[in-house]
Amino acid sequence: MKASKSFAMAAVLALVAALLGACGASGNGSGNVGGKEGGEAAPSASAASPSASSAAPDKIYIPVISKGFQHQFWQAVKQGSEKAAKELGVEVTFEGPDTETQVDKQIEMLQAALDKKPQAIALAALDSKAVIPLLQKAQAAHIPVVGFDSGVDSDIPVSTAATDNLKAAALAADKMAELIGGKGEIALVVHDQTSRTGVDRRDGFKKEIEAKYPDIKIVDTQYGGGDHLKSTDLTKAIIQAHPNLKGIFGSNEGSAVGVVNAITELKRDDIVVIGYDSGKAQMDAIRSGKMAGAVTQDPIGIGYWAVKAAYMAYKGEAVDKTIDTGFHWYDKNNIDSDEIKPLLYE
Amino acid sequence: MEMAAPTSLSRLAIFRKTGAFQKLLAFASLILLIVVFSASSPNFFKFDNIVGILLATAVTGVLALGSTFVIITGGIDLAVGTVMTFSSVIAGVIITFGSGSIVLGIAGAVAAGALCGAASGFAVSRMNIPPFIATLAVMMMTKGLSLVISGTKPIYFVDTPDFAKIALGTSIEAIIPGFAIPNAVFIFFGMAIIASLLLSKTIVGRYNFALGSNEEAARLSGINVRRWKIVIYTITGAFSGVAGILMASRLNSAQPALGQGYELEAIAAVVIGGTSLSGGRGSILGTVIGALIMSVLTNGLRILSVPQEWQTVIIGGVVLLAVYADMIRRRNA
Repeated sequence: MKASKSFAMAAVLALVAALLGACGASGNGSGNVGGKEGGEAAPSASAASPSASSAAPDKIYIPVISKGFQHQFWQAVKQGSEKAAKELGVEVTFEGPDTETQVDKQIEMLQAALDKKPQAIALAALDSKAVIPLLQKAQAAHIPVVGFDSGVDSDIPVSTAATDNLKAAALAADKMAELIGGKGEIALVVHDQTSRTGVDRRDGFKKEIEAKYPDIKIVDTQYGGGDHLKSTDLTKAIIQAHPNLKGIFGSNEGSAVGVVNAITELKRDDIVVIGYDSGKAQMDAIRSGKMAGAVTQDPIGIGYWAVKAAYMAYKGEAVDKTIDTGFHWYDKNNIDSDEIKPLLYE
Repeated sequence: MEMAAPTSLSRLAIFRKTGAFQKLLAFASLILLIVVFSASSPNFFKFDNIVGILLATAVTGVLALGSTFVIITGGIDLAVGTVMTFSSVIAGVIITFGSGSIVLGIAGAVAAGALCGAASGFAVSRMNIPPFIATLAVMMMTKGLSLVISGTKPIYFVDTPDFAKIALGTSIEAIIPGFAIPNAVFIFFGMAIIASLLLSKTIVGRYNFALGSNEEAARLSGINVRRWKIVIYTITGAFSGVAGILMASRLNSAQPALGQGYELEAIAAVVIGGTSLSGGRGSILGTVIGALIMSVLTNGLRILSVPQEWQTVIIGGVVLLAVYADMIRRRNA
């Protein structure tokens, strides 16, 4: 009994030590990107809450609240935000919830960011209505907010740096129509039915097909949560249910890779696959011809402009209400071109 | 137990008590589902689609097999999904960044899974942390570690094309030409046989049931409860390791951000298969049937183009019914 008690104590102490160590590390390291001097001069405690309650900050701090973190797309956005931070000499932190459904978690992150009294905030809202009360708080505190990746239903954000997903998906639809010869059955594998990007890409694609191509029929739309394996299995079911399918559109990286896996497993290379975003698996599929092509956004540009617009807003400079960060079609002919290559991430 | 005269009534009672009733019920539901879907769509009962269903069962099925062990002790393992991912990342590190040896990668993944399981078991038995919390902690840690080790990037197995064949190769064709069933399906059934033997023929299995029925009684009869719990959680972890290899092989990559949520599907499969969440009762055959019910249902609803929102509602309803059937059976037993 005694032994186990002292063991328990030791275990708890070890855990506490590990946690403290981890906190210290994040305070010094990832907590202040692009602000090396500030981080080294100041003790880690102040680095974690930069410029708290100081009227004239010696360091501009812009928290970037993203929709995600683990996904490679968001890592590319993060890269862009760090690029802007370095260029402008500001300090940014980048965080986002684990999945793009954790609206509550994102709100906590936004609240915590506001509490640090930053000079400006960049936000990619998961639920554009749910964040409005906090945006009003920001407005009251004179903290300019810049939206990125998708808009917010409010005029509080001074600017929004985003891809026009409706237009981008319409481009994918035009390409699909061209590649299947303007008629036949097609299906959509979408990452989810509630997020702005999921809805816009689905609707942008559907509307374009309905408006311009009466002989093309969308026979099924399913949602795989962007999970590669689930998207694979559900695409296989779609193909089984509709053997005459001529094309499938995958609305993000996980969905598109799932579609490629499915046609590979079923040996249905005759089906035209169109994807979205990049990632190594998708790029390989395009190079090998399994995927006809994909629409890419400019994730680095999105991150870059989010921080830059926030900085400009803080400085009182004029910023456009919307910054279209653009989108491009790529296939095996231009995948290595100078125009496309910098937009793709592995 | 008192010996009853073999009247038809008591035979029915025995029949119910051994869980055969539930297994039969689950099996009958599976057959019914297959019949209904086959009748509703000409595209359901086709060789390719049946193979697709079996393949879709493999990953969650192996997770469910492993989960059965812990659930029979009356515990729960919430970490199986992320431990699976962690194992696949370890396989990726060994194979792609390390030696390039697939065998070593497989061994490493299973060992990593087993180690995570042992950690859960240790927390449950030595630190007396309730299984729900202990495995929740392991779930978070393995999820984070997968991202840390992989640098939040998928690890691809492009230099080792044989790795993808573990799941998707069709070795059976060497014996029966034209019978293109992917290896993953056979690995799933092979793991089911191993699990079944472990549970019914070995001391681990016997102690597993003893622990789940009455832990105190098991302790008093001289079973080293703590040690065997660690062993059981380790087995569950090793199965997650195998699932990790199957997943990585099928995606030809270790995807560090996936995995969470799979544990709930595994638990659902186990419960549908008649394993009691309060411990002491359960079977591998039941879990196999439970896992098949889940994937037949998912596939069939997709084939019928049922809107996805409703698919989720229906599957939830099935889980509810299964647990209710289990409770009624226990009340009658």
